[in-house]
Amino acid sequence: MQFLQLVISGVAQGCIYGLIALGFVLIYKATETVNFAQGDLMMLGGFLGLSCMVVLGMPFWVAFLATLAVAMLFGMLMERALLRPLLGQPAFTVVMLTIGIGYLARGLVTMIPGWGTETHTLPVPYKDEVLRLGSGGDALVLSMEHMVVIVVTALLIAILFLFFRYTKLGVAMQATSQNQLAAFYMGIPVRRINMLVWGISAAVSACAGLLLAPITFVHVNMGFIGLKAFPAAVVGGFGSIPGALVGGLIIGIAESLAGFYLPEGFKDIAAYVLVLVMLVVLPNGLFGDKMRKKV
Amino acid sequence: MRFLFKTHYEQDLELFKHGGQKFWYGLLLLALAAAPMVFPEYFISQLVFVWIYSVVGLGLMLLVGFTGQVSLGHAAFLAMGAYTEAYLQQRGWPFLFSLASAAVVAGLTGIVVGLPALRVKGIYLSIATLAFGFIVEEAVTRADGITGGNSGITLGSLEIFGLPINSETRFYYVSLFILILCVLGVMNLMRSPTGRAFVAIRDSEISAQSMGIHLARYKTIAFALSAALTGIAGALYAHKLRFISPEQFTILQSIELLIMIVIGGLGSIYGAIFGAAFWILAQQLIVTAKDWLPPAIGQQTGLQPTIFGIFLVAVVLFEPLGIYGMWLKMRTFLEIFPFYRKGMFRRQKSYMKSERLK
Repeated sequence: MQFLQLVISGVAQGCIYGLIALGFVLIYKATETVNFAQGDLMMLGGFLGLSCMVVLGMPFWVAFLATLAVAMLFGMLMERALLRPLLGQPAFTVVMLTIGIGYLARGLVTMIPGWGTETHTLPVPYKDEVLRLGSGGDALVLSMEHMVVIVVTALLIAILFLFFRYTKLGVAMQATSQNQLAAFYMGIPVRRINMLVWGISAAVSACAGLLLAPITFVHVNMGFIGLKAFPAAVVGGFGSIPGALVGGLIIGIAESLAGFYLPEGFKDIAAYVLVLVMLVVLPNGLFGDKMRKKV
Repeated sequence: MRFLFKTHYEQDLELFKHGGQKFWYGLLLLALAAAPMVFPEYFISQLVFVWIYSVVGLGLMLLVGFTGQVSLGHAAFLAMGAYTEAYLQQRGWPFLFSLASAAVVAGLTGIVVGLPALRVKGIYLSIATLAFGFIVEEAVTRADGITGGNSGITLGSLEIFGLPINSETRFYYVSLFILILCVLGVMNLMRSPTGRAFVAIRDSEISAQSMGIHLARYKTIAFALSAALTGIAGALYAHKLRFISPEQFTILQSIELLIMIVIGGLGSIYGAIFGAAFWILAQQLIVTAKDWLPPAIGQQTGLQPTIFGIFLVAVVLFEPLGIYGMWLKMRTFLEIFPFYRKGMFRRQKSYMKSERLK
């Protein structure tokens, strides 16, 4: 029972990593840049949700949708204003820019009244509720927060899958990520598509932030969890959407088990040990495609 | 404008290209040597930080600016150097030996980190360094037999050949001397075949490989040398602060080091030193400015990251060569006055080079 309990809380944590990794992968597939500000977008999502609920007094689900919308707008604006002028520059330039944006965001958030450096609690309706399966001493006790994370992630993935598979826009995004030039020749507005991809990725991260908020509270350094999503993305294969999720789950479960069975301290570095082993053994990840560069 | 008339091949190899450079660098050296007699002790103490960060910047520049490999875990090498120095000093090793050991230990860890370079590249390599940084941070915290764990470790006073380094002024000269040695070393390295190989790898891995450069070996060498320089800086850093603990060597520190050299200007030795000078100077300015800013802004803890973040974004967007680029533009403007044109330093746009052509 205990093992199952650990696995489930690992899965819930893994879903968060998976969602952030999904944000990385979406952007990486579309524009071949790695967004180091992904974790900070997640933090922003948490704070936006907080403001919507506490300051504007919205009910939770309305605040949820409003946060996603604002985050999406923010992501698109970021692409339009800061990243598009750098189109055609080396990858390192763009990486540095996203690091700068993340660093800036962490500074700015502390200056906004009501956000600041304190930790906040997101007043979600399902806080502190538990779900009991079975009876007696070995009942499976699941916290509602973990279950909501898992269910919402599954829903979000389903929606994204349907979107990429069946809508015109989704197919256009796939085409753009496969070959920009060919997509451009087919009349797909590549730049606008890229802007939308940044928007979607920001929204997915904000969603992760909202889901994580009841578990870890909302605070400025929440974004550092984004750094654990890198191992998730690498383990799954950097260019693969299902890979990101599976990678996230593997990292989450490994972390949860390491926290219980291994000596203290291993919980925090389990993800990084795993990724180093992975890079040496299987550099392309579980689902990654073999990359070869031709001249 | 100066035209160099070269009559010997040796002229290409000279450290100083012409008499003017010799004169100005000599003057700079004199000014730096005289600084402790003119400026107050607090200022000198900040200059020491500039020298130490310059050595770190040099190490990171070697890897990021010259070899084109992004490291997100350089604070780990800094920690390696600092803790080696602290540990050996407690065992009574003389400074020169412990400094060399700090460099060697950090360099060896650099080789370990470079090992994934045998198989992966680009963003995967930076993630490997990131992972390594976290693991070292955790290891340093846990190995409290050697490192003192979270409660940290205190260093004794420094002594070189029996001469106690007990004042800021003396430590200033020690760190300045080490910085100059490091700068000369890196300058020489960049003129050697190894250094040329680094630059070739940065500019195009495929063309470097085609010319017979063993990518993994040179990347590992770059990692090792970069880590060794950072280790030296770590040893100095430990002596400067007299107290080290794991929270000085976090991922944030690694990112800040990277930001520092990007603001200074990637791809030049000047950039490393300008970056370090800017970093320390700006911190001091912000601390000073806090007093006369309205408290609503001045008391914010986020003021410093915000300002550095804005600087970094502005540099990436508008001045890819950083402070060194500004200096270069200004100098060119004066040198060829009045013929400076706006587009002289315009950056080249290229089509996106895809890494995943199948």
